[in-house]
Amino acid sequence: MLDPVLLARIQFALTVGFHFIFPPITIGLAWLIVWLLTKHRLTGDDSYQRLARFWVRIFALTFAVGVASGLTMEFQFGTNWAAYSRFVGDIFGAPLAAEVIFTFFLESTFLYVLVFGWDRVSPRVHWLSSVLVAIGSTMSAFWILVANSWMQTPTGYVIRNGRAELVSFWQAVLSPSMIPRFLHTLDAALVTGVFFMLGISAWLVLRRQAVETSRYAVRLCLFLGFGLSVVQLGLGHLHAVQVAHTQPEKLAAFEGLFQTQAAAPLLIFGLPDPDNATVKYAITIPGGLSLLTDMRTDAVVRGLNEFRRDEWPPVLITFFSFHLMFIIGMALIAFPALGLLLLWRRQLFESVWGRVYLWLAVLVTPLPVICNELGWITAEVGRQPWIVYRVMKTADAISVSVPASHILASIIIFCGIYGLLFLVWLLMLGREVRKGPSEGETEPSGEGSA
Amino acid sequence: MSALQLIWFAILAFLVCGYAVLDGFDLGVGVLTAFARDDRRRQLLIRAISPFWDGNEVWLLAAGGASFAAFPPVYATVFSGFYIPMMLLLFALIFRAVAIEFSIHEPLKLFRLSWHFVIAGASAVALFMLGLVVGNLLNGLQLDAAGNYTGRVRDLLNPLALTTALLNMAMMTTHGALYLALRAQGELRTWVQRVAGTAWGAYVAMVVAVLMAATTARSGLMANYTAQPVLWTLPAMALLAVLAVGLLNHRGNHRAAFSVSVLAILGLLGSAVVAIFPRLVPAVDPARSLTIAGSASSDVALQAMLVVAALGMPIVLAYTAWLYWTFRAPVDAEPPRSASPRTDQAK
Repeated sequence: MLDPVLLARIQFALTVGFHFIFPPITIGLAWLIVWLLTKHRLTGDDSYQRLARFWVRIFALTFAVGVASGLTMEFQFGTNWAAYSRFVGDIFGAPLAAEVIFTFFLESTFLYVLVFGWDRVSPRVHWLSSVLVAIGSTMSAFWILVANSWMQTPTGYVIRNGRAELVSFWQAVLSPSMIPRFLHTLDAALVTGVFFMLGISAWLVLRRQAVETSRYAVRLCLFLGFGLSVVQLGLGHLHAVQVAHTQPEKLAAFEGLFQTQAAAPLLIFGLPDPDNATVKYAITIPGGLSLLTDMRTDAVVRGLNEFRRDEWPPVLITFFSFHLMFIIGMALIAFPALGLLLLWRRQLFESVWGRVYLWLAVLVTPLPVICNELGWITAEVGRQPWIVYRVMKTADAISVSVPASHILASIIIFCGIYGLLFLVWLLMLGREVRKGPSEGETEPSGEGSA
Repeated sequence: MSALQLIWFAILAFLVCGYAVLDGFDLGVGVLTAFARDDRRRQLLIRAISPFWDGNEVWLLAAGGASFAAFPPVYATVFSGFYIPMMLLLFALIFRAVAIEFSIHEPLKLFRLSWHFVIAGASAVALFMLGLVVGNLLNGLQLDAAGNYTGRVRDLLNPLALTTALLNMAMMTTHGALYLALRAQGELRTWVQRVAGTAWGAYVAMVVAVLMAATTARSGLMANYTAQPVLWTLPAMALLAVLAVGLLNHRGNHRAAFSVSVLAILGLLGSAVVAIFPRLVPAVDPARSLTIAGSASSDVALQAMLVVAALGMPIVLAYTAWLYWTFRAPVDAEPPRSASPRTDQAK
């Protein structure tokens, strides 16, 4: 017998997981495009504009897939999670409606001006459009994270008339996890956009296409990538400290901490065994976890033993997605650091090591996207079995009027459609990249000598 | 029913009407893509809607978001009760969004042709599903005490729902052709005028069919009209507007034809709203209907959302108007991309 709860969860995970590939790329690229157009306006150097035109084309393709897959989310709360929608609509509907009114209209209008308005509006209006698109996509992330944060750490509500009712708008908007989550996610999006530009620009340099402008993009992305990834370490820490204090069982699952203890150790390596509530092959730093969560090595950190077994999050998924995210996050600091070292030693564009590095830069392009997905899995799986933390269980939230077979059928169609979309996106992307930013650019003949 | 609840009902109605008259024309133009003679004409059609379609579609999300925030049980019941039509609508909108953007960037004629047919098909499916949902709401749904839909999927294919779905296709195709007439000159305008005439014939026929099917509705559609006969003026004026659309188009008065088409859509939608008021989702068992008062969010939530709407919507309307004004030139005034002036000189 098909389980409609499981199927609805699979559908939600698949559709959000697919959607979440694209907005971080476009949020990051949007601000990079603002940077390029601003440089063009300040310097009058046309190479910045050529680069911006190229990236706007890529942005438009990626944005289209993001918008199309985002539509699903707006429908899905009602189609698959009707009980949830009835119970929390009083609160949860507000940020979604605010997202539509404040950001979707803005993005859709000025995206067109940005993509097709080069010669049809004044340069000033065009530049302003790029800023508005960037602000729109960032604010869109803000509002949807408001909604998500409320599910993680609900505040500003009261249970009345058989539903969650809003008491304070700002308390609901600024729930305890909101600011750390927004900063962490926004920085992740910027890193994703930067690595996306880095990878494609590195490829263009290797293919000797528009070499000067592409080298500029590589240098820009190395600086930004390093800075933003370092900042992310701090923001991630901030977010984890908040989780430790607002959702202790989730942090315990992150860290594989089964017993509440003072001077809790930080796990460097280990395999959690939830059935026996132990960690195998553990290598730890004594007091490390306490130091991270409370700035004191002797602080008490709550373990999973304090919580009912049936209200534990799935420990293994949460643990591994958290740690993989962390490992990739460290790699995202190390990689641009290496690139900057090569740049400083004048080897990045001049030596064989530089070439190896640029090829690696092409290969690591999807790493931040994978890292985002892992972070999202950590946050969402770590909240289970709750859909709204300690207010409503996921199992109680689905649409009772929808038979499992219908959900299964729509999952299959989603897989087909999204697979096709992804393939077409890659093909179109590949074609734009092969064209490169060099349209109208005449390369100096000595260009390839490096 | 408090004033605040009534205001939110009015806002929801405003968003639905805005969606209908705006996305209506670009969905209609999408359908017409299938009937355009050649690649150049299809590209002109897409060019006519490309600045606006995405913003227009946001009105649907705004209406959905407003129903979620202001009337959560309505959002929950409609989206879960119409699971299959909603999923098909969603798939159509996904394909359409991607097809419009990708067709513009597609240099190969054959691929472009495929995208154009995806646009036409997806537009037709979207219009059909939207009409099907509205028709079923008018017909009344089988709901349990908690507001869950208990009917079968094939119950959704009743005469009123099917005729409303077809009416929506005919009406919006007419509306789309009339919009094109505003954005076209020369032979393109001659063509869309003829197409608008044909589509209008289907439009009138389907209005009659819906009126006949409405007598089978289970939701007591006539009650408000019987109680307040003065309300009949609204559907009467809507019908006059529908007739005037054809006449004005025939005379080549395109600006008036499009304006009256907007009024006709608003009049028909308004007549439907009057019929079901103060219900939002009429049920077969009257006690189970979702009403404005029975499904509204708390006053705190409605007040907070009212501030959001009051801050946001005027700005949205302002830059939407600016966008329409900026990109108002006839689409066939400039030469198509495939034949640049340079190639002409080379001959």
